[in-house]
Amino acid sequence: MSIEQKQMEGTAMPGAVPVKLIINSQEHVLKLDPRTTLLDCLRENLNITGTKKGCDHGQCGACTVHINGRRVNSCLTLAVMHDSDEITTVEGLGTPENLHPLQDAFIECDAYQCGYCTSGQLMSAAALLKEECGVHDADVREAMSGNICRCGAYNNILDAIQMVRGNRK
Amino acid sequence: MKQFEYSKTRDTSTAVAEAGDTRQFIAGGTTLIDLMKLNVITPQTLIDINGLPLDKVETTSDGGLKIGALVRNSDLAHHPYVKTQFAVLSEAILAGATAQLRNMATTGGNLLQRTRCIYFRDLVYACNKRTPGSGCAAMDGDNRTLAILGTSDHCIATNPSDMNVALTALEATIHLQGKQGTRTVPIGEFHVLPGSTPHIETVLQPGELITHVTVHPMPPGAVSTYLKLRDRASYEFALASAAIILKIENDVISHIRLALGGVGTKPWRAAEAENVLKGNSPSEEVFRKAAEAALADARPRAHNKFKVELSKRCIVRALKVAVSSLQ
Repeated sequence: MSIEQKQMEGTAMPGAVPVKLIINSQEHVLKLDPRTTLLDCLRENLNITGTKKGCDHGQCGACTVHINGRRVNSCLTLAVMHDSDEITTVEGLGTPENLHPLQDAFIECDAYQCGYCTSGQLMSAAALLKEECGVHDADVREAMSGNICRCGAYNNILDAIQMVRGNRK
Repeated sequence: MKQFEYSKTRDTSTAVAEAGDTRQFIAGGTTLIDLMKLNVITPQTLIDINGLPLDKVETTSDGGLKIGALVRNSDLAHHPYVKTQFAVLSEAILAGATAQLRNMATTGGNLLQRTRCIYFRDLVYACNKRTPGSGCAAMDGDNRTLAILGTSDHCIATNPSDMNVALTALEATIHLQGKQGTRTVPIGEFHVLPGSTPHIETVLQPGELITHVTVHPMPPGAVSTYLKLRDRASYEFALASAAIILKIENDVISHIRLALGGVGTKPWRAAEAENVLKGNSPSEEVFRKAAEAALADARPRAHNKFKVELSKRCIVRALKVAVSSLQ
């Protein structure tokens, strides 16, 4: 039985809400306890675990995903609020055979140590590439302030992002 | 998190008809879901209003703004007309939170943002705002970041919003829709002082919905700026901030609006300081005198005395920035 079938088994739960999520271009039809955050839905209900849970309060950025192309904290939004929204997680950013330029740059610049924050850093940075952001390092640091790295790989993360933006030689 | 029922609607009148004391609206969710996880807020029903047609920034015929309650902070801050004509609003929003949160947080939600007082956020402690009559653990607790203006013996919680400070300087009008119809409230009357009822933070009635916010244009030739001082350079709440709208004619300050953040129990209009500044030539001496007037009624506690001087210096520096941008 697939995870989604198991999920549908839970339809007897009182107050469960039907929702269709489009995650990395794939449709998932679920019935969810409305308390389920988008983050918990991804990880616990759908076993899409690239998105990480850090603080669970919007302070660390480990759970960053894109909703309709914009970066958000998936821990601070309910899955049922995103019926038919297009959600992109790190699994939809690149593949091992075809990495996103940021993923290549993170490897090149050694932009992680433990790796726990990395998927959030990548999703945040991927959104940043399409946002209004100045060319200076300080602009990138400000734009990335919602993603904490407790290993302290900030300088290398900054290098990776600036490399992709063409601001490093 | 406590259980709740979830519903959503695309019609404003239906949303208002369904709402009530324990039947709350949810928009961006950045405050509400955070506090629901902590069991600080426990609604029985959430009415998802993200589908309501309140997500536009419009310019009004007089050159002002009509901002839908569901306009996301990032969209408002990066709106070309807001950036050029209402710099203080754009700067204030971008000084707060993170790109992720600003993509979620709405204009209406930001007006209702709850305090970051650690005792409000933790059920273990006494808090008159969370549980009326239970006391205030902040009074003699860790009150370093808490308010020094507009406090009472019952509450010293700071209003955390940056956007509200800019909207206070801009003298915004809040438009509400309830079961009895629509009404407007000037932002200066929207938030209320804690007094003996700190659990009441605004004049918004149960079930009433903020539909939009309007702002008149600044006087021609006026400049505006927002200065925020905090413990770290990004993603931190204000220890002190100042929003300024200023115009100088014939070397005299002819128009001045000054609002303060990080120091008040509500977004703080510094009317006494405006009175000192208006009609005077800009100078460090006048700026300092205005700052003294703004903080004359400050009532700090054990750990936030530094905020009195910090806020004064914030005002003086913001005024200098505003004046220099005119030259």
